[in-house]
Amino acid sequence: MYDSINQIIKEEKEKKTPFWKLVQLDDCHESETTVKESMTEVLKIYKAMKESVANYEDSLKSQSGLVGGNGAKIHKRVKSGQMICGEFMGSVIEKALKVSESNACMKRIVASPTAGSCGVVPAVLLSLQEKEGFSDDKMCEALYVAAGIGGVIASKASISGAQHGCQAEIGAASSMAAGAAVYLYGGNGSDIANAAALALKNLLGLACDPVAGLVEVPCVKRNVIGAVNAITSADLTLAGVKSRIPADEVFEAMNKIGRNMNADIKETAEGGLAATKTGNRIKESIKIK
Amino acid sequence: MNLFDIIGPVMIGPSSSHTAGAVKIGNVARRLLGEDVKKADIYFTGSFLSTGKGHGTDKAIVAGLLGLAVDDTDIPHSFELAEKRRMKFEIKAGEDVENHPNAVRMKLTGVTGRKIEVMGNSVGGGRIEICEIDGVETSFSAESPTLIIQNEDKPGYVAEIAPILVKEHVNIATMQLHRKKRGAVAVMVIECDQEIPESCIKALKKLNGVLEVAYLTMRGIE
Repeated sequence: MYDSINQIIKEEKEKKTPFWKLVQLDDCHESETTVKESMTEVLKIYKAMKESVANYEDSLKSQSGLVGGNGAKIHKRVKSGQMICGEFMGSVIEKALKVSESNACMKRIVASPTAGSCGVVPAVLLSLQEKEGFSDDKMCEALYVAAGIGGVIASKASISGAQHGCQAEIGAASSMAAGAAVYLYGGNGSDIANAAALALKNLLGLACDPVAGLVEVPCVKRNVIGAVNAITSADLTLAGVKSRIPADEVFEAMNKIGRNMNADIKETAEGGLAATKTGNRIKESIKIK
Repeated sequence: MNLFDIIGPVMIGPSSSHTAGAVKIGNVARRLLGEDVKKADIYFTGSFLSTGKGHGTDKAIVAGLLGLAVDDTDIPHSFELAEKRRMKFEIKAGEDVENHPNAVRMKLTGVTGRKIEVMGNSVGGGRIEICEIDGVETSFSAESPTLIIQNEDKPGYVAEIAPILVKEHVNIATMQLHRKKRGAVAVMVIECDQEIPESCIKALKKLNGVLEVAYLTMRGIE
């Protein structure tokens, strides 16, 4: 994987090869696969994302009973035209909830980049495909863009909540989705980087503080903010709003912040929301014998 | 890390470490046993013990021992499946000193009576480490074809084993040597770039002083 967004932008100009193609070729070289095999695999992943939304069950509850049914609530409100943020953003919120609730209920999802943040990328990409009618091939190209961004984040910082907190999971997912969204609207490498930078900047410092140590509270609802934030970052970028700090430097800042975070807010369930009065009460009530 | 570690894996939730990682550990233990599991004693420690139930770690490890893949929709029903396939299992709290936050020890008996004891850690993002086999410390990720050879702890085994692999054009990616104590049983863990042919494994088993050869194939594994 690439370890610098600037490097991808540079090669895009020099080799006159688009961002997504560079990411694809680089991975094919690394894993000794053909372009065709790689494309087939990415299409499989995209289809699995679609299924993770389609297979949502309104009545499912997680093992702990904390999570389930919220995707259905939003669906109802979107359908009746009541969403304050409108139908499109409503459908983004709905999908983010559906996929991450399904994850909590032991259904099949695509970790992108992690299981805890699995709702963000599908919510953004699937909603944009529905809205604009992009082909599946085009959506796969957008997935390569997302993977390219995620790869750089993993290399410069981390995509693990246990290492760098939630900024490394929901933050990374949001950054990946923002770049992919901009690509779908004709953005080049610099635009992709701009959207990725804007998205992650908004989520820097986010703690990983899961109640009772489960991928449920607050993870499920944070997928919503990750997805919505990706869309706003894409819109800002497409309108010409520039991030003053370049993407690579934002990722490096995330790394430093992650290193400085206390262990109690890095997935240990000892701090933040997990350590609140209610968080502790929930933990006690679902304890295993 | 490759592209499909970032966009992927396709898996059953909720947690790459506590669910997908646990399935993988169970699956690798079963393949190390080399046959269907008849009886499994499973010992959880660390975060597997404290948050395992909420993450479905118990169902995931049983699913793995039954040979299910990380994206198999039967994972949540693995207990019922175990009953159907007559695999007995018990899940208990482990007594291991916490060497890793997500750890499990498995004592397995196969359908022909073969026994193995495997300990695995889930190290994040669905990646795992097998850290002990039959009481001897190991360290491998089970992401490439892996040979695990137990032999008498005497000089010369590396020199004898390497040519057998060379002859089949198998490239060694990593090689580790472990032992409990000097002169006792030694374990050689060899991670390879290519699959190792059956004939090669047979030849290794015939070597004087080689006590046990287990082979972890990647065939049929995504």
